[in-house]
Amino acid sequence: MIHSLFLINCSGDIFLEKHWKSVVSQSVCDYFFEAQEKAIDVENVPPVISTPHHYLISIYRDKIFFVSVIQSEVPPLFVIEFLHRVADTFQDYFGECSETAIKDNVVIVYELLEEMLDNGFPLATESNILKELIKPPTILRSVVNSITGSSNVGDTLPTGQLSNIPWRRAGVKYTNNEAYFDVVEEIDAIIDKSGSTVFAEIQGVIDSCIKLSGMPDLSLSFMNPRLLDDVSFHPCIRFKRWESERVLSFIPPDGNFRLISYRVSSQNLVAIPVYVKHMISFKENSSSGRFDVTIGPKQNMGKTVESVVMTVHMPKAVLNMNLTATQGSYTFDPVTKVLTWDVGKITPQKLPNLKGLVNLQSGAPKPEENPSLNIQFKIQQLAISGLKVNRLDMYGEKYKPFKGVKYITKAGKFQVRT
Amino acid sequence: MSGNGLSYSEQGGEAAPELGQEAATTTTPSIPAAFGLFCSDIKKNEDLKQMLESSKDSAKLDAMKRIVGMVAKGKNASELFPAVVKNVASKNIEIKKLVYVYLMRYAEEQQDLALLSISTFQRALKDPNQLIRASALRVLSSIRVPIIVPIMMLAIKEASSDLSPYVRKNAAHAIQKLYSLDPEQKEMLIEVIEKLLKDRSTLVAGSVVMAFEEVCPERIDLIHKNYRKLCNLLVDVEEWGQVVIIHMLTRYARTQFVSPWKVSFSLEDNFCEKNFYESDEEQKEKDQKVKDTYTMDPDHRLLLQNTKPLLQSRNAAVVMAVSQLYWHLAPKSEAGIVSKSLVRLLRSNREVQYIVLQNIATMSIQRKGMFEPYLKSFYVRSTDPTMIKTLKLEILTNLANEANISTLLREFQTYVKSQDKQFAAATIQAIGRCATNITEVTDTCLNGLVCLLSNKDEIVVAESVVVIKKLLQTQPAHHGEIIKHMAKLLDNITVPVARASILWLIGEYCERVPKIAPDVLRKTAKSFTNEDDLVKLQILNLGAKLYLTNSKQTKLLTQYVLNLGKYDQSYDIRDRTRFIRQLIVPNEKSGALSKYAKKIFLAQKPAPLLESPFKDRDHFQLGTLSHTLNTQATGYLELSDWPEVAPDPSVRNVEIAESAKEWTGILGKPKKEKPTEKFYSESEEEEDESAGTNSSGRYLESNLHLRCLENCIFRTDHYFKRIGKISVPTKTHELLHRMSGKGLAAHYHFSRQPGIFGDRMVSVQVTVTNTTDHKIENIHIEEKKLPSGMRMHEFSPIECLEPAGSVTVSVGIDFCDSTQMASFQLCTKDDCFNVSIQPPVGELLLPVTMSEKDFKKEQGMLTGMNETSTAIPVAPQNSTRLVVIEKLVKAANLGVVPSGQDNIHRFAAKTVHSGSLVLVTVELKESSTAQLVINTEKTVIGSVLLRELKPVLSQG
Repeated sequence: MIHSLFLINCSGDIFLEKHWKSVVSQSVCDYFFEAQEKAIDVENVPPVISTPHHYLISIYRDKIFFVSVIQSEVPPLFVIEFLHRVADTFQDYFGECSETAIKDNVVIVYELLEEMLDNGFPLATESNILKELIKPPTILRSVVNSITGSSNVGDTLPTGQLSNIPWRRAGVKYTNNEAYFDVVEEIDAIIDKSGSTVFAEIQGVIDSCIKLSGMPDLSLSFMNPRLLDDVSFHPCIRFKRWESERVLSFIPPDGNFRLISYRVSSQNLVAIPVYVKHMISFKENSSSGRFDVTIGPKQNMGKTVESVVMTVHMPKAVLNMNLTATQGSYTFDPVTKVLTWDVGKITPQKLPNLKGLVNLQSGAPKPEENPSLNIQFKIQQLAISGLKVNRLDMYGEKYKPFKGVKYITKAGKFQVRT
Repeated sequence: MSGNGLSYSEQGGEAAPELGQEAATTTTPSIPAAFGLFCSDIKKNEDLKQMLESSKDSAKLDAMKRIVGMVAKGKNASELFPAVVKNVASKNIEIKKLVYVYLMRYAEEQQDLALLSISTFQRALKDPNQLIRASALRVLSSIRVPIIVPIMMLAIKEASSDLSPYVRKNAAHAIQKLYSLDPEQKEMLIEVIEKLLKDRSTLVAGSVVMAFEEVCPERIDLIHKNYRKLCNLLVDVEEWGQVVIIHMLTRYARTQFVSPWKVSFSLEDNFCEKNFYESDEEQKEKDQKVKDTYTMDPDHRLLLQNTKPLLQSRNAAVVMAVSQLYWHLAPKSEAGIVSKSLVRLLRSNREVQYIVLQNIATMSIQRKGMFEPYLKSFYVRSTDPTMIKTLKLEILTNLANEANISTLLREFQTYVKSQDKQFAAATIQAIGRCATNITEVTDTCLNGLVCLLSNKDEIVVAESVVVIKKLLQTQPAHHGEIIKHMAKLLDNITVPVARASILWLIGEYCERVPKIAPDVLRKTAKSFTNEDDLVKLQILNLGAKLYLTNSKQTKLLTQYVLNLGKYDQSYDIRDRTRFIRQLIVPNEKSGALSKYAKKIFLAQKPAPLLESPFKDRDHFQLGTLSHTLNTQATGYLELSDWPEVAPDPSVRNVEIAESAKEWTGILGKPKKEKPTEKFYSESEEEEDESAGTNSSGRYLESNLHLRCLENCIFRTDHYFKRIGKISVPTKTHELLHRMSGKGLAAHYHFSRQPGIFGDRMVSVQVTVTNTTDHKIENIHIEEKKLPSGMRMHEFSPIECLEPAGSVTVSVGIDFCDSTQMASFQLCTKDDCFNVSIQPPVGELLLPVTMSEKDFKKEQGMLTGMNETSTAIPVAPQNSTRLVVIEKLVKAANLGVVPSGQDNIHRFAAKTVHSGSLVLVTVELKESSTAQLVINTEKTVIGSVLLRELKPVLSQG
């Protein structure tokens, strides 16, 4: 299926190539460069490109293009999903998925790619299995390796691949047995000019960090499972049990993983925790405009709204901005025309405000559309949908684990039109 | 390296080419400065070579790491091949792995040298560790060297019946590799695929279906028997395999079941958003209604039912695969359940969004109702990339109807003002499409578009003009005002398409704007030379139309324009000018046509259809590359139309009853659940059990896997039933002569009774006779000196043997399929005698029955190294069928295979210990000879048997 993979950085250098079948020349990437040029913006490079003899399917992650070469019909999502899985694995191994990290660990990268794909068909993509096959680099290990000459290839052969629970490695042992669950909810919303909600919904995930010895069998139940409208599961979850009892029953992988992601049914009204008052105007036939934005809390259930950041893509005609912030600091990048205002915490007594003048390119026509404001925020200790974990039970092991649940609400794609 | 040495020594003009490797080193210093770059390269590689040859693993590892770094960057490291390949047998796992990586990359270029490594893999293929066997097979099959095709074939065959499912999975992968290396192996590979398709392991399923799709997607008949199994296993297969299996099953189902759509057609009208909130019961009710005329095949239902949970997968490709399956296979009332999951995917990465939106776009054209409830999920954000924005817009347009159009138009207003002008232009097109599709809003849209004509941005205005032109064409009745307005705009608009559109409009409706039209022509005639070609053509057009309708005012103007056109640089324009002049200006030469000029130019033109670009994509299977590209990709497999009448559904029946009985016998306990019931489908009762004790559902499942394994072990048994009737040879062999046994004599013969003492034992009947005149007491066996692996089941001691008496006892010996002697001591109360039993190879077999077809199939898999043959003489009296059978069966414990041909006799057996098949064929030829062929994996047994059977037919 997947013939070859090329990793290309933003300046167009192919810095890694891997072939799973016969070798495909680098020149095939020229078609990709052509498309990239046409697209102007990296975001707009089409993920699927057809060339006379091959098809190129690419993803763009962390300033790297992963370009795979395909020779015949294949579901494009199959390849895209796999490439993202590759990038996730790099992230997992090296802490970041950057060009330098990959170049520094080129041998491990190669070993990983070799294990993940056989003849273009995915073989081992579970991080638990991969980590048994190839140990991730740590400073300590690399020092030890260089002294003792031992290697980072696991000398025990992984058993996970053969078991029925491929996501969990065998023989896990911890002195402190812990299980943490983070319920993270994101609010996606579009707010129109007048402040009314055009569209809002809540997307949530439960990320887990499980460090439990042996083969624990967990079941997690909710106070109000009916809230979850559409759920997607990690393969470890027993689907039947959820269908019948609305309980998440599973043998967890070892370490960090995403247990479920869900959407809260759209019938429920979504509480929008912040409001924005804005006054942005550009004067006709003059090279200046006014900018005045205030952010305030709303329906936040007694919790503080934290880490508020506002980013605005200003129109091209804007040369510079001369603003004063009552709270936090702002930056304006005159090249990308992005205004970023790092507000911090919102206190209802003194609402943060950003006000001032906008300098426009003289002679250019007045921008007809006001830019939309993208807001980010965070609320600790609150799941905005009201979802609550009821209890976590463990079967199959004797010890008593330490259990913890954390709730966070964040802004997802939160956009205010002006 | 010698190649390098050669080229450089020529440069240097010294050292002879034969010096090879040495030459490279000696000539290096003499290379001119211009080769500095290469020079350093050589030096670098030299030190890599030295490191590879060092005795320290750490140096080797370092070198290999650097080499892999070179390979990764795409630098050529092929000249290091000989040095690297030496390390293929290294004890260090990491070195070994890196050598594998290197080997797979360069073996194709260095075929001869690559062969050096093959024996290492061949050895590893026999390793007791399944992971080593698997990785050996993986690397061996990845070496693309045509010479080793037979070795690969052999390895694949062997691995496909390996006990470890992981090895079998790798065998399935290897099938594709071998196929791409040598397509001529197809037939034999199909046999392996057929065998692996029967596999019950979830590990194998995905890979073998992948191989099936690649090698023989047309052999849909191979799927029948495995269809239900695949459906049931699906939830437990790993995610990548799921995608492949679902796509394959979609194709399969379209050939095997009748359409569920025809009858539900009437329901389609009221199929709307209501569907999404319907509970299952309601849906069933609906089904009931349909059932009067149509009953879904239970297998069809099984597939839909078993794929549904996968909509909850975290893998976007799986969700998409299930969605397309429902789209192509489910009754229209049920397809709606996929939309929720597809909408969920829109939260994912840009690339995933792109593909999913494309597919939704195609779906939303045909069945609006599916996505209407999610209308707002397709609202555009200013941060979306343009390609995502346009796709969302496309879907919004498809979903527009009377009810939601006002909301949508308000939304569109925001988009039109977007800074992303390309997107704004697309929005205007979308508004145009809404206007034509929904008649209520046509006027509103038109007014809105006219407002946009005063927009500052030229692209927006131009796009509006083009769309207005199309709209006016659909209903030209009373739009004089708009045309006048647009004529005014002509002074300011510079975009050629827009100018051309306005000119065309004025020309077309010149009779409605009689005063303005000639003036426009006047203005454009003035600027003719500076216009774009597109505009020039329309000026000519306008002129011609005015000439025909209003020649009084415009005759001169038109002729002026035509003169300008005559000398234009573009031949298109010169050509058009000539054509128009001939047509409209009457002269002697112009024929009958000019009479109809008015009719030609001012004919009623059909309005253009404003259609979605996704309109024609639905003939491609959703979720495929071809659908995304909207052209047929190589290797695209067409989805067939539903058959009118369903093919026989009984082909999917599998007889499990019999084999199940056999397993329970072997396992010694009754089966608790169906073998297909797996993790996600486990019943409540088991769940409770697992919660109570410290086992889990997965453990139950692992039991199942064990059972699968056992199933494989015993598979040969129920494939080839052992024969019931056995001819026992009368020949006895001497074990102990009475002289050397102090009066105790012993004989033995082979009773050919199948395993009284165990499956792998050959039973031997020993007759002990007392030739002395006193009693012999306590006759027993002692001090067995058996070669390793052999086992022996002794007879219980004979307490007392009267003079001249004799006793027959049975002994079981496991000869491990070798003809080595089993030596032991036969003891009495007083003495011990060394004796030994050597089995004739014919007695190491157990007969099996099989059909001629099976025989041929098995024989086909045991060719090459596994085949031995010879020509043998045949005495004339031995050439009848009965005699041949009698003689051979007497000589070796063979089962007779019915044969369709008179001159060919076939016999089948399996070795007692390992159960390997032994196939014997005797083909009688003229002039009293015959060809004797033996096929077996156990080549030693094969050749010994051949030797033993050789004389059988020549004797009288």
